[in-house]
Amino acid sequence: MTVSTADEGTRSSGGRLLITLLLPIVLLNVIAFIAPVANLVAMSFREATATGSMKEGVDLATWSSLVADTYYWSMLWRTVWIGALITLITLVLSYPLALFVSRAERAKALLIVLCISPLLISAVVRTYGWMVILGDQGFLQALLRSFNVTPPRLINSQLGVVIGMTEILMPYMILSLLSGFGKLDTTLEQAAETLGAGPLTVFRRIVLPLSMPGVLLGCLLCFVLAVSSFITPKMLGGGRVALLATEIYDQAIVTLNWPVAACLSVLILVVFGTALLFYGQLSKIVE
Amino acid sequence: MLPTISRGLHALGIISIMMFLLAPVILVFPISFSADAHVAWPPSAWSTRWYVALLHNEEMVTAFRNSLVIAGCVTALTLVVAMPAAVALTRWKFWGRDALTSLFTAPLLLPSIVLGLAILVIFAGYGLVGSWPGVIIGHLVITLPYALRVLITGLSTMPAFVEDAAGTLGADPWQVFRRITLPLMTPALVASAALAFIVSFDEVVISLFIAGTQLKLLPVSLYHYVESWTDPLVAAVSALLVLGTLGIVLIVERAIGFGKAVSK
Repeated sequence: MTVSTADEGTRSSGGRLLITLLLPIVLLNVIAFIAPVANLVAMSFREATATGSMKEGVDLATWSSLVADTYYWSMLWRTVWIGALITLITLVLSYPLALFVSRAERAKALLIVLCISPLLISAVVRTYGWMVILGDQGFLQALLRSFNVTPPRLINSQLGVVIGMTEILMPYMILSLLSGFGKLDTTLEQAAETLGAGPLTVFRRIVLPLSMPGVLLGCLLCFVLAVSSFITPKMLGGGRVALLATEIYDQAIVTLNWPVAACLSVLILVVFGTALLFYGQLSKIVE
Repeated sequence: MLPTISRGLHALGIISIMMFLLAPVILVFPISFSADAHVAWPPSAWSTRWYVALLHNEEMVTAFRNSLVIAGCVTALTLVVAMPAAVALTRWKFWGRDALTSLFTAPLLLPSIVLGLAILVIFAGYGLVGSWPGVIIGHLVITLPYALRVLITGLSTMPAFVEDAAGTLGADPWQVFRRITLPLMTPALVASAALAFIVSFDEVVISLFIAGTQLKLLPVSLYHYVESWTDPLVAAVSALLVLGTLGIVLIVERAIGFGKAVSK
C-alpha cells in the first residue's frame, strides 16, 4: 500500500516536472511559430485598402484579384521552372563529387568538411562572392575577355541567379547524396565487373538505382530551398528576376500590402506540398 | 593509354567542381586587399585600405557588435530551452511524444521567408519589430530545432543505465543530471551551441523582416550595403567572417570532431 502511494507520488511529481521541462519550448513555438503562421493564412482572406491598412471582414477579394492577374501566374511558372533547373544542375554537378568523396581513401574527413563547410558561411557572403566573380568587371568576365570571348551578361540576369543558387545549394545535395552512398556496397560493383559488365553498365544498373533515395531527398531539399530563397535572386538578379519569394518581400516591406504577401506565402506552401507529394510517390516507385 | 586519359579527365572534372563550390569563398580574399574604389578584377594595386575603412564604418561596427550580442543571447537561451526539452523527450515516455518532437523541428521545414513574414505580422501588433527581444525570439524559432536534434541524438546514444545506477546509489534527480548527464553531454552541447551561434549570427531573412531599420544586424547591413555600393568593403567583412567561421569549426573539431557533429 505504502509503496504504491509513494509510486503514485513520484509519478505525479514526475508529470509536473515533465510539464515544467517542456513548457518553455511549447510556449515559444506557440508564440513565434504556430500563432504567426495561422494568422498569416487567415490574413490571406483579408483585403488591403489603398492606405496600407486592412479592411474589416473576411473575403476572397485578394485571392480572386491574384488569380485573375497573369503577372502572378507567369511568376509562379518562372519560380517553378527556375527551381527545377537549379535542382537538375545541382544534381549533375554534385553527383560525381559526392561519389568521389564517398570513395576517397585518403583525407575523406577533410573532403567532407570542404564540401559542406560553405553551409556555415552566410548566404549574403557567398552571394557577394558570386557578384565579385560574375560582375561586369568581375573575375570571370576578365578571364573570358583575355581569351577574346565576349561573354553574355552574367549578373542581373536569370543566368547569374541560376549559377549562384546552384553553388549555394550544392552542399545540401552533397549531404543527401553522401547519406545515400553510405549504403552502397562496392563488392556488388566488383561482382558485376567480374561478370563482364562495362563501367557504364555498372553505373546504370547498380550504382544509380541504389543511390536513388539520396538523389530524391537531395532534389526535394534543393527544389524547396530554391523556390523559397530570396537573398541570392535579389542580389544576383538585380531586381530583374521576379520570383515568388522576392515578390513576397517586396509586397511585405516595400508596398506594405500584407494580404497579397500572405496569399503568395500560402502559394509557396502549396508548391512545397506538391513537391512533397511528388517526392512521396517517386520514393515508392524507387523502393 | 585510354584509361589514363579518362582517369585524368575524371580527376580534372572533380577538381573543377570543387573549385566551383569554393570559388566565391576564396575570391573574396584577394578582392578584399584591392586598392580600387570599385570591385574589379584584377585589382590595379593592393592595399589594406578597405580593412581600415571597415574599422571606421560606424554602421558595420555597430551591426557586428549587435549581431555578436544577439547570437550570444540566442545561444544561451537555446541551450536553456532545448536541454530540458531534450531530456523530457528522451527520458519520458508519454502520449504524443513523437508528434511534439516533429512539431518542434517543423520551423526548419517552413520557408524562412514565410516564417519571417508571419512573425513580422504578429510582432508588429505588439511593437516587437526592431526590438532586441523580438529579434531574439525570432532567431530562437530556427536555432531550437537544430539544437534539439543534436541534443536528442546525444542523449539517446548515451547509455541510460549510468543514470539509473547513480539513482540507485542514492543520488537525487538533480544530482544525477548535474554529475552524470551533463558531463556526458558535453560534446552534444558544444555542437549545438556552435550551430545555434552560427545560425543566429548568419540569419538574414528573418532578421530582414523583424530587425526593422532601427536595430542594425551584420547580415542585414551587408545586404543593404551591397544594394547601394560597389566598393570592396563587403569583401573585407566577408573575408573576416569566413575566417571567424573557420575558427568556430576548428574549435568544434578540437572538442568533438566536426564530421561527427554534423553527421549526428
